[in-house]
Amino acid sequence: MSFQPYVPPEQLIKDRSEYARKGIAKGRSVVALEYADGLLFLAENPSGTLHKISEIYDRIAFAGVGRYSEFEDLRISGVRLADLRGYAYGREDVTAKTIANAYAQALATIFTAQIKPYEVELLIGQVGDQPGENELFHILFDGSVADEKGHVAMGGRSDELTEAMRTAYQEGASLAEAVRAATGALSSVEEKPVEAPNLEAAVLDRNRGRRKFRRLADEELATILEGSAS
Amino acid sequence: MTEPLDGFPGRSYPLGANPSFSDLVRANVPTFPPSDSASTTVEFPHGTTVLALKFDRGVVMAGDRRAIEGFTIADERIDKVFPADETSAIAIAGAAGQATEIVRLFQTELEHYEKVEGDRLSMDGKANRLAQLIRQNFPMALQGLVVVPLFAGYDERRSEGRIFRYDATGGRWEEADYHANGSGSLHARGTLKKRWRPGMDLETATRAAVEALYDASQEDVATGGPNPLRGIYPSVRTITSEGVNPLPDDDVKAAFEAIIGGSTEASKEHGGSQARETQDQT
Repeated sequence: MSFQPYVPPEQLIKDRSEYARKGIAKGRSVVALEYADGLLFLAENPSGTLHKISEIYDRIAFAGVGRYSEFEDLRISGVRLADLRGYAYGREDVTAKTIANAYAQALATIFTAQIKPYEVELLIGQVGDQPGENELFHILFDGSVADEKGHVAMGGRSDELTEAMRTAYQEGASLAEAVRAATGALSSVEEKPVEAPNLEAAVLDRNRGRRKFRRLADEELATILEGSAS
Repeated sequence: MTEPLDGFPGRSYPLGANPSFSDLVRANVPTFPPSDSASTTVEFPHGTTVLALKFDRGVVMAGDRRAIEGFTIADERIDKVFPADETSAIAIAGAAGQATEIVRLFQTELEHYEKVEGDRLSMDGKANRLAQLIRQNFPMALQGLVVVPLFAGYDERRSEGRIFRYDATGGRWEEADYHANGSGSLHARGTLKKRWRPGMDLETATRAAVEALYDASQEDVATGGPNPLRGIYPSVRTITSEGVNPLPDDDVKAAFEAIIGGSTEASKEHGGSQARETQDQT
C-alpha cells in the first residue's frame, strides 16, 4: 500500500470545487423559469438529439449542464428511481424533493469519495396544480441543494445570466413572453442572437394530461421568436 | 461509471443503460415476481371476453365488463381494455389480479424505455416485450393464473393498425384482421368472422364488436352482456393515429340498440335463441 501525502481537507475541497467549476464553466447554460401555465426550461444546444432537458416523471423534469456523460448518467438514475417509486407506491408519491435529495446524496458522495468530482449542475423542476406550487431545485456538483423561486440560471456564465434574467423575468408571463425573455437573456450573455435551431426548450405545462412534459419544436420556437421581432 | 450511484437503484447491463423497467424491478424488489408456491385453491376473479378488429383508420378494441369468481359474478363494471401508451392498448382475459399487474408493469415498461432512450419502442418491440412479460408469468400460468392479452396499436412507421395475440406460454402471433380472447372468444370470433370486412368504418366496426360481445354473452356465462337497466355497456376503445381514445357510452349504446332492433326482427322470422327464450317464458 502506498502512502498518500497529507492534504488538508480545506485544500482538497477547494481543489475539487475549482476543478468542477472550471469544467462546468466550459459548457453552455440552461435557464428555467416559471410562467403562467407551469415551468419553462431553455438551453442553448445545437444538438437536436443530445438533450440537456428531459422528462423524469409525470410532473417532474430534469436539466443538466456540464459534462454530458455525467449528467446523462444521473438523468437515467433519476428516471429509474422515479419509475420504481411510482410503481411500488403511487404516481403522486413521486416528488421532485425525493429526486433532488437522492441527487444531492449521490453528488456529495461522488464529490468526496471519487477520484474526480462530477462536473455537473442539475435542475429538478416540478409543476404544481396552482401557479404558487411549482418547485425548482438547483443541485451543485458538491451535492448542495438550493430551493429556487421564479427563475434559475446555471452553467457557463450563470452569474451574468442570472443578472440578465432578473431584469427580463416577469411573474405570470405567457409561454411566448417567457420564451422571449429567456432567449433574450441567453443572447445578451452570449453576445450574439441565439436562433431557434440552436435552442432546446421544454415545458412542464399543468394543463396537459398525466405527463406534463412537452418539448417545444424548432418551428414552434421560431414562430414565437419571430413574434418578438415584428 | 459502472458502479450504481449511491441511493439510486442499480443497473445490470453490459454497457450503457438498460431501458427495461421489468429488469429493474426484478433486480431491486426482492418480492418480485411473487413466488410460484402460491396455492390455487383460492378463488380469484377472472376476466372473460375481449376482442380487437381493424377498421379503416386503425383498430377497435372492446371487452365485456364482467369478472367472475367461480360461479359468482365478482364485478359487473370492470374495464379490461387499457391504454398501454399513447398509441397502443392492451386488453386482458384471464386471472384479473395477475393481468392488471402485467398491464401496469407493461405500461411502466413502455414509458421507462421512452424516457431512458428518448424514443418510443417500435410496434414490434412493444409486442415482443409483452411476450417476454407473459412468458415470465408462465410458472403462475401453470397454477391456473393464466393471462392471455390482446395487444393492438397504431404503427406510426407503417401508418396502420396492428393486432397481436398471445398464449399463456408467451407465444406471440400477429393477426391480419381481428381476434378475440377469453372464455367467450369462440362465439365472439364466429360473429366477427361474419361481420368483419376490409376497410370498414368506425360505426360498422363498433357494431361488429358490440354484436360479437353480445353473442358471446348469450352463449357464455362468464361474459357479461350489455345491461341497459344499469347502464352497463362493453368498454370500447379506438386506436388510431390520434391515439387511444375511449368510445363514448352513448355510441356503444346506439350500436347495441341497432343490433337489438335488428336481431328481434330477425328472430321473429327465423326463430333463434332469442325467440326460444321468450317462448319459454310465456
